[in-house]
Amino acid sequence: MSHMPTIHDEEWRYADFTALETVPEAQVTGWDEIAVAPGEVLARTFVLDGTVPDVQRLRVTLGEGARAEIFAVNAASAYARLEIEVTLAPQSHFEFGGVLIGGADVTREFVTRTIHAEPEATSNQTVRAVHWGTASGNYLGRIDVARHAQKTDAAQDFKGLLLEKGASANAKPELEIFADDVKCAHGATVGQLDEMARYYMASRGIAPDVANHLLIRAFLADALAALGDEAEQERLFDLALAALGDAA
Amino acid sequence: MLKIDNLHAEIGGKEILKGLSLELNAGEVHAIMGPNGAGKSTLSYVLGGRPGYEVTAGSVSYNGEDLLAMDPHERAAAGFFLGFQYPVEIPGVSNVQFLREALNSQRRVRGEEPLSGGEFLKLAKEKAALLKLDMEMLKRFVNVGFSGGEKKRNEMVQMGILDPRLAVLDETDSGLDIDALKVVGEGINAIMRQPDKAVLLITHYQRLLDYVKPDYVHILAGGRIVKSGGADLALRLEEEGYDEVMAA
Repeated sequence: MSHMPTIHDEEWRYADFTALETVPEAQVTGWDEIAVAPGEVLARTFVLDGTVPDVQRLRVTLGEGARAEIFAVNAASAYARLEIEVTLAPQSHFEFGGVLIGGADVTREFVTRTIHAEPEATSNQTVRAVHWGTASGNYLGRIDVARHAQKTDAAQDFKGLLLEKGASANAKPELEIFADDVKCAHGATVGQLDEMARYYMASRGIAPDVANHLLIRAFLADALAALGDEAEQERLFDLALAALGDAA
Repeated sequence: MLKIDNLHAEIGGKEILKGLSLELNAGEVHAIMGPNGAGKSTLSYVLGGRPGYEVTAGSVSYNGEDLLAMDPHERAAAGFFLGFQYPVEIPGVSNVQFLREALNSQRRVRGEEPLSGGEFLKLAKEKAALLKLDMEMLKRFVNVGFSGGEKKRNEMVQMGILDPRLAVLDETDSGLDIDALKVVGEGINAIMRQPDKAVLLITHYQRLLDYVKPDYVHILAGGRIVKSGGADLALRLEEEGYDEVMAA
């Protein structure tokens, strides 16, 4: 019997099922699993820029005081989904920064599940989505805080930028909090490029395509701000902005 | 340098400029004064090509070219500068990055070599010092967190760096305290009081004109220039008010 997800599975509700059919089941339902020893740091970057449908899933278990610092650019030209599940131990931290960017009739998504299983752990997810054409950028971010996971400090922030009518962004923050002494901040907004900023730039001589580039880079900045490795940060910016091409 | 002939313009279907004519020659400073709602800011935005402002009749010739046919960034590259009444904040884009991009965009259009980072910073430091603006402010995001006066001084620093031939300054004096007014006035003189340049000052008050002596003063009311004269006209307005001077 198949375990492939269906549209009735909440976590797959925005997925492109036609594309998903072409992805091997093991890839859709299986996990890459990593256990991070106490005090250690897992630093990973993902670039999804393929031309065929792709699903990648990473499941991380953090030891006490460990950190997972994961950054991703999803600029694929076919359906692409990255799922990250992290289970936190005391004093551990999960940082996720993601950029979804692209046009055409393509769905790009990030899914995170942050499990605060123990007290005094922190987590932060920052996702920026820029889409045009009839593309769709989705972020499903679930945060579970167990009953005894007091002093949890979790934050999640999504911003979508739609460059053209027809593009869309879906944000689905999902917080299940069973402890009472916790901080869980989340925000989601979707908007367009600031026309007045574009005009101001033009009035100083900056051509519209260059102005868009500067504004979109600024928009994306928060997603990669926590990436300490500057060369890697620059590489991800370049990949994201290259996807922009002459779209904007 | 600038010849405005019978200009009619509307915004949102409402006619604001109703047959405005004005001519500026190189080496001249003109001031436009007028009551609220006369069309002063509309004139500046029409000249600056802001989207949404529709010219329904008349013409504007700038150095023999049709200004209205040029895109805003092309106007800037041709040496036209608009000082904004409300300078725009651009989070995520630093002043230095913004201005260097602006200057080099203009230089490219004019077939000049772009300035290197070092050359640009030297120029920026010189102009910031002229306007007594802390160089640290130029490293911050464009106008974000600036006071009203700092934004106006930043406009003038931009003007100094971009070195335009024609500047239209829309209420650059509003929001300035007495000391800042003097600094800005002297800055305008230093940057723009040259035989091959011209300035159109749009203002409510006489006080800026104590520092930047206009060669001509015009009263704009009801979308047209209703009276023109020398610097003394501004003094009379200050003493007698618009109603009295226009009736005379």
